[in-house]
Amino acid sequence: MSRSLRPLFATAVIFAIAYALAVMQFPSMFSTRVLGNFLTDNAFLGITAVGMTFVIISGGIDLSVGAVIGFTGVLVAVLISWAGWHPLAAFGMALAVAALFGAVMGLAIHYLQVPAFIVTLAGMFLARGGASVITQDSVPVSHEFYDWISDLVIRLPGGGRLSFIGLLMVAVFVVGALVAHRTRFGSYVYALGGNTVSASLMGVPVARTTVGVYMLSSVLAALAGIVFSLYTSAGYPLAAVGVELDAISAVVIGGTLLTGGYGFVLGTFIGVMLLGLVQTYIIFDGTLSSWWTKIVIGALLFLFIVLQRLIFAASAQGEKAS
Amino acid sequence: MTRRLLSRLANPQLLALAGVLLINWFLFPNFFRITWQDGRLFGSLIDVLNRGAPVAILAIGMVGVIATKGVDLSVGAVMAMAGAVAATLVVAGYPAPVAVAAALVVGLLCGLWNGFLVAILDIQPIVATLVLMVAGRGIAQLITEGFIVTFTDPVLIFIGTGTFLGLPMAAVIAIVLLVMVTLLVRKTALGLFIEAVGVNRAAASLAGIRSRMLLLYVYGLSGFCAAIAGIIVAGDIRGADANNAGLWLELDAILAVVIGGTSLLGGRFSVPLAVVGALIIQAMNTGILVSGFPPEFNLIVKAALIFLVLIIQSPLATRIVPVRMPAREASK
Amino acid sequence: MPDEQFALEARGIVKIFGNHIALDAVDFGLRAGEVHALLGENGAGKSTLIKILTGAYQPDGGQVLANGQPVYLDNPQQAQGHGIGTVYQEVNLLPNRSVAENLFLGHQPTRFGLVDRRKMEREARTILSRYGLEIDPSSELGAYSVAVQQIVAIARAVELSGKVLILDEPTASLDRNEVERLFEIIRDLKARGLAVVFITHFLDQVFAVADRVTILRNGKLIETRALDDMSRTDVVRLMLGKDVAFSGATGVEDARPMGEVLLDFSNYGRKRSVHPFNLTIHKGEVIGVAGLLGSGRTEMARIMFGADAADEGEVSVAGKKTTIARPTDAIKHGFGFCPEDRKAEGIFGDLSVRENIVIALQGKLGWFSALNRDEQLEIAGRFGEAMDIRAASLDMPVKLLSGGNQQKVILSRWLATDPAFLILDEPTRGIDVGAHAEIVRTINRLRDEGLALVVISSELDEVVAYSSRIVVMRDREMVAELNGENINPGVIVQAIANHRDEELA
Repeated sequence: MSRSLRPLFATAVIFAIAYALAVMQFPSMFSTRVLGNFLTDNAFLGITAVGMTFVIISGGIDLSVGAVIGFTGVLVAVLISWAGWHPLAAFGMALAVAALFGAVMGLAIHYLQVPAFIVTLAGMFLARGGASVITQDSVPVSHEFYDWISDLVIRLPGGGRLSFIGLLMVAVFVVGALVAHRTRFGSYVYALGGNTVSASLMGVPVARTTVGVYMLSSVLAALAGIVFSLYTSAGYPLAAVGVELDAISAVVIGGTLLTGGYGFVLGTFIGVMLLGLVQTYIIFDGTLSSWWTKIVIGALLFLFIVLQRLIFAASAQGEKAS
Repeated sequence: MTRRLLSRLANPQLLALAGVLLINWFLFPNFFRITWQDGRLFGSLIDVLNRGAPVAILAIGMVGVIATKGVDLSVGAVMAMAGAVAATLVVAGYPAPVAVAAALVVGLLCGLWNGFLVAILDIQPIVATLVLMVAGRGIAQLITEGFIVTFTDPVLIFIGTGTFLGLPMAAVIAIVLLVMVTLLVRKTALGLFIEAVGVNRAAASLAGIRSRMLLLYVYGLSGFCAAIAGIIVAGDIRGADANNAGLWLELDAILAVVIGGTSLLGGRFSVPLAVVGALIIQAMNTGILVSGFPPEFNLIVKAALIFLVLIIQSPLATRIVPVRMPAREASK
Repeated sequence: MPDEQFALEARGIVKIFGNHIALDAVDFGLRAGEVHALLGENGAGKSTLIKILTGAYQPDGGQVLANGQPVYLDNPQQAQGHGIGTVYQEVNLLPNRSVAENLFLGHQPTRFGLVDRRKMEREARTILSRYGLEIDPSSELGAYSVAVQQIVAIARAVELSGKVLILDEPTASLDRNEVERLFEIIRDLKARGLAVVFITHFLDQVFAVADRVTILRNGKLIETRALDDMSRTDVVRLMLGKDVAFSGATGVEDARPMGEVLLDFSNYGRKRSVHPFNLTIHKGEVIGVAGLLGSGRTEMARIMFGADAADEGEVSVAGKKTTIARPTDAIKHGFGFCPEDRKAEGIFGDLSVRENIVIALQGKLGWFSALNRDEQLEIAGRFGEAMDIRAASLDMPVKLLSGGNQQKVILSRWLATDPAFLILDEPTRGIDVGAHAEIVRTINRLRDEGLALVVISSELDEVVAYSSRIVVMRDREMVAELNGENINPGVIVQAIANHRDEELA
């Protein structure tokens, strides 16, 4: 098996075993209802994580996504509830603002030659501050369009519901996978993460790709913000605090190398589902406290970082010896 | 001698701090007024020292890490853990010194754990410290069992809110730590070795410097400083809040170090200037508060500040206008 | 033939870095259907010339012509557009991507906007089979040996460019069979009419595959000639300095006085790096190491110092067996090492001259017994003066010094530790005449003071002048040890060039 598939395989196996164990303990976890809710509840995290996958594969990191979700939620809520915009127009505006925001971060990272980490940190402060300046309170949204969307569900046998936002997340994953694995842009993203010098010698447009990656991440974060707005019917400037960490964790647990160059969008999907499973299990159990989520995520993160380290160190040595 | 002292004071960080303070004074004329009341000093300036102390303490630990080309994302979570340990122990009836010592040991162990991942397993610092950043807060909640553990232990409360010679205890601790760590890195060869490893690890190894041990030390120190900050914050609110103690302070600490002229790419560093960086951040916070702006402006100003520092330090800018790296001046 | 139509030509190329002339009016002509070897030691200007031909650098004078037309090459892509493809020593491909993607990156066939992977892999298979590679194009490139990656890189360069192929030390990390396979491909490309530039340090390979050779030394064109009428000795002589063969024996004093044995390496070696060697080093002697780049001379120095650990053999210091697994072990025994790549492994660019000088001594003392600023200034001042380091201030960053002064700083760094044994790897390369003389003087002085030294150098006259003994490296192996009257540039050239084939010139 190719070494880049090994962490993905490990994730899939861990998910299957964990889910099987959970179902053995709580048979009701194996139901369309739980699975449907899995998708709905993790939709905004999943969409964010797709963007984060691209960023991390390119060798960068984006700390601003949680703040962009919060900002988008507020912007959308304010445009609809205060300014009377149609939600679709508000969504379009939010996505455009995010695209611009991501482009500026990408330009700064490329042209100032500074670590993505610190640039996106500034972006995080800016987006969170911007949201708080617009409003400090939760702005409720009530619009028939929102009701219409939340009624858009596919009912499954067994009481499960596939919601619009759940399906939207699946669609984002499918499109994300196509872009990553089947377009030139996708191959450029991998090339950047593999070796920037080689990539530029091979004719990869480094500046354009870098800007594109951060734009994609911000736009998807904004889409996640829209989904979050649909999910909660409100915009709150402190919403989704720390989602960037969950997204990074999901991406790494999904088998993407944090140093860039290797990874799968599908793996991130499993990563998100694994995080969702941990949460659902803790809710089902009832006696376990919520902080176990963080500890388990941290432990999984550690496991995968060390696993990747071993796999890639071992094969690097194998190469030298061969 | 006086001239050297003067030219040393005329570095961009101190000028920036003076500028921020002047703006604050302009917006809020009473900014520089300090009063003596009940055996302690009061005033906005004292407030800057007091509120800025935790980030300053984190920055004291962080600056060594960043000088070795690393970063420690876990310090906020370590603060929460240390606070949780100290609070839980005093509530369980242990004497305060034991609780404080245990919290410090926990911080040190966390730092060594990060150092182990970075130095021995050779994992990228940002990745290695992410683990504890994510899990640490969960462990802190595990210790406090999800509650905000409040306490009435006078010693812990004194550490957070007391005064010494009229100055807030937090500021006194930060100053003592600043002096000790500065002496530690400048009166021993530690500082030179840290800079050597940060500038050129291959050359350092050929010159006979044990870079792995060194990395263990600096991450250990960072964890230790985070524990001190965690105890102060817990003492200040008379309780350990595992969810919010030190939340996002790692980012402020990194920012303080960067403002202090230490490059994220490693090399020259200055502990005092990192502390000045922390004071600049806090002076802006306080200024926005006292002048009646909504505190949310803080984040935007901070973002603008990061961009400003990045542009000044970027290779692009140095190509156009050769900027003297301030840290080089200060470390002499 | 001035009117000859070259596939690629450089006329009167000048390139200046700061106040160092890297290329001084160099002419270079490449014919279609030839393999043209470009030779020269480090610093001769080969890589600068290549970078100009591939658009990575722009010349300060002269021009580049493709098929007789002047071209302006701004970047590697433009060079590619003019049919010039390059393969570097360190494969500049993406080991994390599939073989097919590495061949087609940026030019992938698409269908409905999506990469047509099946078509891409089918075409990749066809291309690879032309190079005799039967590998799965969908597999990860990094899973294959460097040789295979090298061939993929050649295939990419040829497919995208198609007229000129520049091979920059492609064989440096290949074994014999792999090199042979590469040569078959090169001959095949030559038959297809490609013009191939081949850069290597292995003379055997030059003679095996090249038609003509251009030799550069110190940024100047020395000679362009057909290889048919040249011997190995001619080539080495031209590379190292043309007076060598005529200088004859330099009239060394009879065996220099030798002190007691300081070091003994027996069967000391490291797999894939240096074959086991035996070497006994006495106090008060300089052992010169001769050999071309890539002959294993640097690798030998590194394992002596513990920068790379030896995996076989034994070493004893002053008669006592010991292990030297890392530099700190070596330093404890009083070793010092000035590496060849000053910038990457020697200096701490942002640190001051003073700190650069005291760092090894401080490392030896440990971090607790720190030298204070005055002690540092005293030490740095003392050695700076002894070595005549020209710096405006001992507190200025060392990166602002000239190469020669940086080298003196590194040498001072070790002298400050009061060493018993110094390893100097190309201590005089790329530095000005004054610093050069100073370093040679220092080597002589240290020898007379009783230190043991190992000095690696391509400057034969210089090695001959100060060495008590000379060992010659070739193909990662110590092939000769020269004493007495054999310490003579002519003999050394013979030894390097492999004297099995030829008589003394």
